[in-house]
Amino acid sequence: MNLTSEFYHALIVCISAIFTQNILLTYFLGLCPFIGSSREIKSAIGLGAAVIFVMTCTCALNWLVYHYVLVPFHLEFFRFIMFIIVIAAFVQFVEMAIDRLSPSLYQRLGVFLPLITVNCAILGAALFMVIRDYGFIVTVGYGLGSGTGWFMAIVLMANIRSRLHNDAIPKGLQGAGITLIIVGIMALAFIGFTGVLAGR
Amino acid sequence: MTNRQIKQLAYEGLWKNNPIFVQVLGICSTLAVTNLVLNTIVMCAALVFTVSLSALTVSILRDFTPRNIRMMIETLIIAFYVIIIDVILKAYWPQMSENLGPYVGLIITNCIVMGRCEACAISNPPARAMLDAIFNALGYSFILLIIATFREVLGMGTFLGFGVPYFSGQYWDKWTIMVMPPGAFFVLAIVVWTFRTVQMSQEDKKK
Repeated sequence: MNLTSEFYHALIVCISAIFTQNILLTYFLGLCPFIGSSREIKSAIGLGAAVIFVMTCTCALNWLVYHYVLVPFHLEFFRFIMFIIVIAAFVQFVEMAIDRLSPSLYQRLGVFLPLITVNCAILGAALFMVIRDYGFIVTVGYGLGSGTGWFMAIVLMANIRSRLHNDAIPKGLQGAGITLIIVGIMALAFIGFTGVLAGR
Repeated sequence: MTNRQIKQLAYEGLWKNNPIFVQVLGICSTLAVTNLVLNTIVMCAALVFTVSLSALTVSILRDFTPRNIRMMIETLIIAFYVIIIDVILKAYWPQMSENLGPYVGLIITNCIVMGRCEACAISNPPARAMLDAIFNALGYSFILLIIATFREVLGMGTFLGFGVPYFSGQYWDKWTIMVMPPGAFFVLAIVVWTFRTVQMSQEDKKK
């Protein structure tokens, strides 16, 4: 495949990861931090931005690790441990780098970084990229798209939840229950995008 | 361990501190497989296996684990058991391995496994840690099976692949939404709502 069509494919994968195949709304990944941290708009934006950044970078790193280390040595079954280590090491590294270089950014983003290591969306994106056999450029597009999709979902959710403060919600439904129902409705709305893009 | 203590652990894991409707943990990786009951059973069995054995291992190694790198060690232990499951499924049941896709691997980041290791196994003797983990995993599994049953029967009219009378007949208009992602969210929300309400009314009665 030549470079132009590769970029074209990456663009399509990226857009479809945001809308038609949103990682949160169709694959249920990253739901725990989503429910936990979507109470305030500010923290939702911080966490979402951190996810976009980490997901794009770790997808690229994991692609390199998988195709240049694991496949040549026939260690594919080892990928779970490898991916987790890459993600944890990357997050740790970024945390230290941000702390040193830009304290103001660290204050905004820093608290969210450790949370990301255990975010299943990050590992999920890496596993999907292996299962679907993406090339390197497409993988970067996929990581970027998935991260952006997650960001969009959590920011929308935080906005909706901030308006629920004064509403009378049944006691058993408060918190997680009402959030799940809203996510369901959001997922329903996103199904409307199906068919906008053909192919992955 | 006395009988009483075991009962207490069972009550906590299955009902009072249920991972799904009280803690709302670990729903990410397993909600996706609840569209079929069979997938859910396999997934839950894999989860029970991973949680119990990793809690046991973490608990045995708890005196030798340096405090500041314990998260990393716990993750590696969990990943070890998940790899075993993945390899076994791929070898003996490739069809199921394909159905579950990346979700087997995602057990590693399932918050319940990590949560049990952190909350109980790291500071308790092996037997207690393992029982606690098993009951939590069972509490998790039974909720998922309820969700899967509703989704499969309403969405496809089958249960474990066999047709259910009435639901698979021509009088029942299949609810396609139940097979799709939004259905999972709605059923989970309803389950959380129901169980929380029952739990609250129980607590009110006690007072």
